[in-house]
Order: sequence, then C-alpha cells, then structure tokens
Amino acid sequence: MSRARLTREQIAERSALELPDGAYVNLGWGIPNLIASYVPADVTVYFHSENGILGMGPRAKPGEEDFDLVDAMKVPVTLLPGGAYFSQDDAHVMTRGGHLDICILGGLQVSARGDLANWRVPGAKGAGGIGGAMDISVGAQKLIVTMEHTAKDGSPKIVSTCSYPLTAIECVDTIITDVAVLDVTPEGLVLREVAPGFTPEEVQALTEPKLRYSVHVPVMALKPR
Amino acid sequence: MTYRIIAEHIYRAIRDKNPEIAKMTLREKVFPTIDAVVADIPDGATIMFGGFGGAGFPNNLIQGLARQGARDLGVISNNCGTGEGELGILFKNNQIRRVVAAFPGPGAKYFQEQFDAGKIELELVPQGILCERMRAFGAGIPAFFSPVGVGTEVARGKEERLIRGKRYILEQALGADYAFIRAYRADHMGNLIYRKAARNFNPIMATAAKSTIVEVEEILATGALDPEAIITPSIFVDRIVQAPGKRYV
Repeated sequence: MSRARLTREQIAERSALELPDGAYVNLGWGIPNLIASYVPADVTVYFHSENGILGMGPRAKPGEEDFDLVDAMKVPVTLLPGGAYFSQDDAHVMTRGGHLDICILGGLQVSARGDLANWRVPGAKGAGGIGGAMDISVGAQKLIVTMEHTAKDGSPKIVSTCSYPLTAIECVDTIITDVAVLDVTPEGLVLREVAPGFTPEEVQALTEPKLRYSVHVPVMALKPR
Repeated sequence: MTYRIIAEHIYRAIRDKNPEIAKMTLREKVFPTIDAVVADIPDGATIMFGGFGGAGFPNNLIQGLARQGARDLGVISNNCGTGEGELGILFKNNQIRRVVAAFPGPGAKYFQEQFDAGKIELELVPQGILCERMRAFGAGIPAFFSPVGVGTEVARGKEERLIRGKRYILEQALGADYAFIRAYRADHMGNLIYRKAARNFNPIMATAAKSTIVEVEEILATGALDPEAIITPSIFVDRIVQAPGKRYV
C-alpha cells in the first residue's frame, strides 16, 4: 500500500473537483494558485482577482505581458471574453458582500469549528501583512482551505483551537490536505475522503480534534501518475 | 467659511514666489512639471498612494516627493514599496513616520529596515476594509460596522455590536491631506480613465483626500473623453500632471 502523501499539484487537482460549473471563484496564494490548471474540461468558472478583475484568464505568454494586467501575485495574466475591470473597493464588494461562490485559500491552522489562521506565524520577523484574506474569508459563500495536513515538525495543522493569529472565525467549510478531505459541520469535523493508501485512523492520528467518519470513507479520485 | 482647496496652489505659489504656478487661473488644474505639482507638500502631511501589484503606482509623483524632501509623512497605501521602487525611495530617504497598509510586502526592504528600527508607526488593515474606510470618508460616512476581523487582532480596541444576530466591529473612515494617484488619461477638467488592473485603489483615494494629485499618460482636451466611460469625475481631481508610466520589478 502506497504511503506517499499527495503532492501540492495533487491537492490542487482534487480541489478543482469542488468547483461547480458557472461559479465565481477567488484563488489565494500558494496551493490554491495551482488549481486553475486543473479545472475539469466540462466546467467553466470565472476567476476574480481582488485588484479588480473578473474573468481572469491564464498567465500571459512570454513577450505578450501587459504589466497593467496582473493578478494579486503581480503575475501578468490575460482577460477572457466577458471579463471586466473595476476598482479595488468594488472587488471587495464582491468578496465581503457574499457574491463569490467559492474562495480557496492556503492555511497555517484551521480549528475544529472552522476558524482560519493564515496570515502570520507567531514570532516571525517583520511587520507581516493581511492582504485580502480577511475580507475573502468572511464573505465567501463557501470557503475551502488547502494545505499540508501537518506542519514541517509533524505537528497537526488541524487543531482544537488555533494558536496562530486568526484570519477569521468560523469561516472554513472544507479542508483539503495531502491526506484527506474534511468538512466543518456544526457537529464537528467530518472526514469525507482519504488520500490513496491512508486509513481514517491514520488521518485521525495526524489531526488534533476528534473526527467523525462512516465505516467506509471513500478514497480520493485522482488521475494516476 | 469654506476654503477652496483648488486655490491653495496659487496662494502658495504667490507666497513662495513661483511665477509659473502663480499665473495659473483658479480653475486650471494642469501643472507644468512633476516638481511643480508636489512643491508645496508640507512636512507632516498624510498622503494616500494608489497602486497594486506593480500597476497603477504614481511613481513619477513619488520620485518628485523624494526630490522635494518633505518629512514626517503619513502614508496610506496597500503596500510599502519594492526595493527603491514605488514607495521604497521615501522609506530609504527616511521621509515616512506613519503607515496604514494592508500588505507592506516581502519586497519592501527599506520599510522593513525602518520598521525593525522602531522608526515607523504601523497600522495593518484588511485590504477591503482599507478600501471601504476611504470610500466612507469620501462619501461623508464617519464610521461603519463590518464583519471583517471579528474575533481577530484587527478587532482590538474597536466597539463590537450584535446586529441581527451577527457580530460586527466599528471601523472609522479614513481620509488624507493628499492623494497621489496614477490614471491613464485625463482631460483638462480632471475627468479620468484608467487602464486595466492599474485602476485598483486610485479612484477610491481620489474621493478621500483634501487634494488629489494625478499623474497621467496623456492629457486630452475637455470633452474628448466619453462621458459614459469616465471613472473618476473631475470634481475629485485637483491637480494634473503628464508623465510617462514607470514600473519597478
């Protein structure tokens, strides 16, 4: 039985399956930024960028960059037919006002009740920065967090209570990691899927709060590689 | 007594014996040079700077302010420069004391140096709330309740209220003495259009400062812009200067 955890690309591939046809979507930094490449062929979604773009297309080809058309990570991108430009306040009318169907952000910690910490590691040098994550977390119709299941030192990133500075409280709906898909419910965390080669008990051992799961937890459907 | 801010540059130019500016009419907004348009920015002023992700920064005005040398400035901006580029030069020159920002940024070398040395007073604000606080100021709303930051360190010291069963915190409107912005085209009245994602914070800031100074790629005759396409109407613009866009990596 394979024990390898999913790669960042595989987490992105699995996350892309959460996107319904026609959804308006914001993708954050890190793993979420990889998801656009894995949207299934029969699904069309519209990407939002908080600097004032809706209908954002792929990265601009080398030589075709327009540096007035960049995403939130400063990368030159393109605009698809039907796309629109607007100001930063209108971009956040969309985030905070609940107009975006799905937002996918990276995470440092997620708590059992769906609190998210993703903007600052305690004790880190420098001033830190919040960016748009707090507005996005509060306003998303559905918030998915993608991250590795455990920190580099092996400690759980899915915790009973976040010890890192919070981005927003009770905001996360789904967590997709390198070993599992979990949903935050009023009854607690529910284990929806496990990565190939992992058992629910093994996922539980890597998770601080108690997980609820059925007798047969499905294995994530991923392309063989 | 209402003080017409539009005449301020004339008054100051006469006082400072700057004949080129002093001969401008009261309604004239187009300035001849970058240095002339920032000449009277006083020490201690609070200034908003547009720009995001390398696009829409008023880099010529920033360079002009670096040459002009005003000190003890307050800055309201999404981020704090990239190396010496964008706002970086003002931090390098030790011209800035106070910062309100959403994401000072990993590339903000000179900001970080000054911040680590304890020379900068910093208020970190969620990006959408930074927008909304300025929008509120420009619209005459002194404060508003917001769900963003509830239960986080952003809520510290702010009034919290339960409205229809949900928790909100009170955010204060945010204004400034000046807004330095970048647009694509202006007409002589000060109507503005922007280009693609270079619009970002610029139109909001234009509404929230006592005096808005805009650098543009091109200045057209009044009436040359399509009224249906104007993003910032001229009432929000006080001074205009033509300068080619500059970009920093």
